[in-house]
Amino acid sequence: MQAFVQQFIFGIQLGSLYALIALGYTLVYGVLRLINFAHGDVFMVGAVICYYACTRWLPFRNLDAHPEAAATNIALALLVLLIAMAVCALLGVLIERFAYRPLRNGLRVADAHFWGLVAALPLTLSLGIRSGAPSVAAWLVIGIGLGYALRPVASWLARRTVRATSRLNALITAIGVSFVLEYGGLIIFGADPNFVPNVVPEAVYTLPGGIRVGTAQCAILAISLLLMGILRWIVLYTRRGRAMRAIAHDIEAAKLMGVDTDSVISFTFALGGALAGAGGALVAALTHVKITPLFGLLPGIKAFVAAVLGGPGSVAGAALGGILMGLAEAFVAGSRFSAFRDAIAFCILIVLLLVRPTGLLGQPVTEKV
Amino acid sequence: MAIRLVLGALALAALAGCSIALSENLETYYFLVLIQCGIAAILAVSLNLINGITGQFSIGHAGFYAVGAYVGASWTVLWRPVLVRYASFLEVGTPAGDTVNLLIALALGCAAAAVTGFVVGTPSLRLRGDYLAILTLGFGEVIRVILLNIDAVGGARGLTGIPTLVAGGGLAAFWVFVVLIAVAGLTRNLMTTTRGLTWLAVREDEVAADAMGVSTTHVKVTAFVIGSTFAGAAGVLYAHFFTGISPDIFGMDVSIMITTMVVLAGTGSVTGAIIAGFALTALPEAFRFLKDYRMLIFSVTLILTMLTRPQGILGHGELGWGSFSRLLRRLGRHTAA
Repeated sequence: MQAFVQQFIFGIQLGSLYALIALGYTLVYGVLRLINFAHGDVFMVGAVICYYACTRWLPFRNLDAHPEAAATNIALALLVLLIAMAVCALLGVLIERFAYRPLRNGLRVADAHFWGLVAALPLTLSLGIRSGAPSVAAWLVIGIGLGYALRPVASWLARRTVRATSRLNALITAIGVSFVLEYGGLIIFGADPNFVPNVVPEAVYTLPGGIRVGTAQCAILAISLLLMGILRWIVLYTRRGRAMRAIAHDIEAAKLMGVDTDSVISFTFALGGALAGAGGALVAALTHVKITPLFGLLPGIKAFVAAVLGGPGSVAGAALGGILMGLAEAFVAGSRFSAFRDAIAFCILIVLLLVRPTGLLGQPVTEKV
Repeated sequence: MAIRLVLGALALAALAGCSIALSENLETYYFLVLIQCGIAAILAVSLNLINGITGQFSIGHAGFYAVGAYVGASWTVLWRPVLVRYASFLEVGTPAGDTVNLLIALALGCAAAAVTGFVVGTPSLRLRGDYLAILTLGFGEVIRVILLNIDAVGGARGLTGIPTLVAGGGLAAFWVFVVLIAVAGLTRNLMTTTRGLTWLAVREDEVAADAMGVSTTHVKVTAFVIGSTFAGAAGVLYAHFFTGISPDIFGMDVSIMITTMVVLAGTGSVTGAIIAGFALTALPEAFRFLKDYRMLIFSVTLILTMLTRPQGILGHGELGWGSFSRLLRRLGRHTAA
């Protein structure tokens, strides 16, 4: 019984994190019918930002040496959370603007310049200029040069392009973005795993019956619930939220009704990015996982499964699916079959899609010819 | 008929000669890259049958590749030593014995991959689009985790010390290219049969195909099983020519890479898939001096290709003498004008 409750608590903790990531998938799937494959990597960026903020950017003090610094450290930790959310929201907007919007509207000149700058980063670094103003200058020169080189190619190709964007196409673009984040992270962050040190006081309480609950677990659950509540309020009770729901329902009709679809889609990506960033920061600071540039892939896929489990496009469904997924994984991890821990998500997915492809709370869609 | 047989035999002999000459004159590293290119091309062609020609969105191809590799290697390492006591022709080390064993391993690997393809495809192909994609990705991962937990095939350590089955390794390229040609030829010829036309019909419009009396599920499962079979053959070749396999070389990243080859080349183009298989295997090797940066450049290139040319580099078209002469004529007109 004690072991059961212990795994249950662990499952809730894991599940609330999956729910945070799953919400980003479900929001984007709702408005664009696109699996944002790069979302798991946005989560990774949140964790990396948290690592940098906790170890370099912000003046955290060592709690062992300065026990009185607990209050300031907690305040700083909340600031870290906000920074991670802001950076990831911005990242989400950039991804949408420069990777997914050209899929819908065609490649523009600005897009060619942006990707020129991205491609210039590895080129500059491989020249061996790694630090200071010269590297920034070299990067800008190469990037702008590449952008100008790409422009005629882009406009020539764009003229000849049949804009027949298939789903496969969108998915491969998303995979490309995911690669950019992973390999960019590999260059900037390095392949070695890093840990965030203990920055906030953590305690573990033993409840009657020998059940142990940590403050970290409570904090993860509380912050996740708070963020999900805010999201629910935005989606259901604000103008922007109503526009999002309108686009999810019928993007063409929403356009005709005067909804600025592009900006609302950007906003959706910002929301999803902020939630994933928060998830990443919480995981990094409170569970002390190994952070590597590739560590977002698996949680990302599992969170996607959670979103499908709840019914893609359904906010409450994503939260429910995340919690269920976390519980399932925790119980498998605590059982004899712990080796199959990473496979359970896919087993659930397989059974679910075959039995109820619309998810637990999703609306069935009839196919139109 | 006789002439064609003679020509075929001559071509095979020439290929074998080329393979041996290459293995003797090329550095081992380049020879291995060549083999890897061939295997990647087989995988790309096999997935192209499912993704490009039948239009079914499968991105878990590494699972079938893994099944082929494990079953083929199990034959050579685990089952063959038991049977060799009763059938001495299964002894490895002689050219004849090696060939027999490789053919048996290929047959078993393909059969196992086909069965897996049937088991995976029958339920999943009722879904379409994104759901099918995620489901196949999930099945691929489940296959990998299952292999990870079978102790008989080494668990996480994998199977090592698999005999190459080509005395000295000289014929490795021969086998890879024979299988590649067979797979590409079969795909091309199947596309002109009634069955192949139904694949195209399902790709173009599933509902219309259904209305015309095409049994869409049956058609899709057939394509899926054939594609899986080809991937199994690639797995057997990999296991025997790289002499070691473990579950982590059949991960999600391999599946994604195969899908990328198919989409980048142009879904439905057999020659495109072969070229992409070669290019996406050889280019990262060629740009090894760029270290980690090459993958970033690759990903930006991938995104830009998708944004500027959604139909892939070749689209549905094929690269052949026709397109070559068309290009020449166009160039000629250009210079004349």
